[in-house]
Amino acid sequence: MILNMGPQHPSTHGVLRLKLTIDADTITRVVPYMGYIHRGLEKLAENRRYEQFTPHPDRLDYISAMSWNGLYCQTIEKALDLHLPERVEYIRVICFELQRIANHLMFFAAYTLDLGQTTMFIYPFQEREWILDLFEQISGQRLTYNYFRIGGVSRDVPRDWPEKVSRFLDHMEKRMKVYHNMVEENEIFLARTKGIGVMKREEALRLGMLGPPLRASGACRDVRRDEPYSIYERLDFDIPILEEGDSFARYEIRMLEIYESIKIVRQALTQLPDEKIPDGHDLIKQPVKVPECEVYCRNELPKGEGAFYLISTGERPEGRLATEGGRRPYRLKIKSPAFVNLWFLDPLTRGHHIADIIPINSSLDLIFGEVDR
Amino acid sequence: MMEEFQKTLQEKFKIAESIVVRNELRVKLVREELLPLCKFLSENSFDHLSCITGIDFIEYIQVVYHLFSYEKKFWVVLKVDLQKDNPHVPTVCPVWPVADWLERETYDLMGIVFDGHPDLRRILLPESWKGYPLRKDYVDENEIQWGEVL
Repeated sequence: MILNMGPQHPSTHGVLRLKLTIDADTITRVVPYMGYIHRGLEKLAENRRYEQFTPHPDRLDYISAMSWNGLYCQTIEKALDLHLPERVEYIRVICFELQRIANHLMFFAAYTLDLGQTTMFIYPFQEREWILDLFEQISGQRLTYNYFRIGGVSRDVPRDWPEKVSRFLDHMEKRMKVYHNMVEENEIFLARTKGIGVMKREEALRLGMLGPPLRASGACRDVRRDEPYSIYERLDFDIPILEEGDSFARYEIRMLEIYESIKIVRQALTQLPDEKIPDGHDLIKQPVKVPECEVYCRNELPKGEGAFYLISTGERPEGRLATEGGRRPYRLKIKSPAFVNLWFLDPLTRGHHIADIIPINSSLDLIFGEVDR
Repeated sequence: MMEEFQKTLQEKFKIAESIVVRNELRVKLVREELLPLCKFLSENSFDHLSCITGIDFIEYIQVVYHLFSYEKKFWVVLKVDLQKDNPHVPTVCPVWPVADWLERETYDLMGIVFDGHPDLRRILLPESWKGYPLRKDYVDENEIQWGEVL
């Protein structure tokens, strides 16, 4: 029998339609249909100047806007071969990791809500709110920050901000214990996630899984470690690995990553150099002109490996390949991790019950702004 | 290490052009060589297919594959130039299963046909969509009939 699920379904985390082929209550095949919020960002990028496109990557993954915003700026900086002031790099890493914590808290909230724990849905929002407040102080925004600029940040952080971040980290560390207890002693949560949607290491690597789900299957792959960018090389942190590869491991891996992120932010705060950094207003006044080149730049985003592939045709004044004298990208490809991980819904759910789609889907941590682009 | 690998590739396959930029080995090749080369790469630790892209260069269309080896720690970027009027290239799905949706997306937005793909349908746009939006000469002629979309 064929059964339709979505696109307006509360636990598909956005607009995802699934065509389920079922035999009684057992799933034999899942075909996802997406594109409901496809906005053509790649085409849009071709028609915007580099500095004009900086707010758009925020809209890809609106739960972790800082990370995409930073990745876009890094891509252009790599094309320009620009070296940033130390302080900017540190501020960026602090933001990336705080964003990772916020993203994982949101994942945690949505995951537990999907499994019927409405109380647990509200708890992580307290800490996420705190992070949003911290971001609001530096960027003025609460969801799509647009804080980074090509060559820097829009403005330096307030003087008392590092102190506030460090106070938050102390609180966060204490709270983690509460979360662990609330979920890991919950029979329903355990029964619905343990042994559900198992993918082992070899299979996950062969099929090309990305990000935390891959590390929950036992493969140690993290761009921060394998191809370090920014200042990650100087920081001391571990990549958590779990062997089980089930929906519970995919929850646990994110909890472990929060601890590592706390560790990274603490180090970055103590090493944060005190220097004058260029103001965002000055940065935006200088036109960005990218020479003829191609750049592939990837980061470890909270949801996995994301990348931009930029093709610039350089400063040719006219002709069909001209791009306003190198002020617009000729082609900007967005590689999103959620798009790749959504593909795994079919192999992971096969042979399970219909009700198991919900924990499996949530455990992959999908976001449809990023899948549909 | 990259230079050594570059030499090995040049000896084994017909490669039009290959250069090393940063930690990327960029290889330009003809369509017929693509699949044997991909098999060779996947046997030599290039198990991470990061991205498949199509680029419209007006006179021709280029398809680009980004491969990373976590063992060797460098990229191999494969580029194949295709005819504008009928761009088609063999699928790499048997080598890297992750190519499934990446190829569907490239087909959907750029109109590159991947021969032998198990399920080559549009993925982000509705089935009834006309034209390939990421091509430079694309003109939008789609008036969405919501009945058709569903």
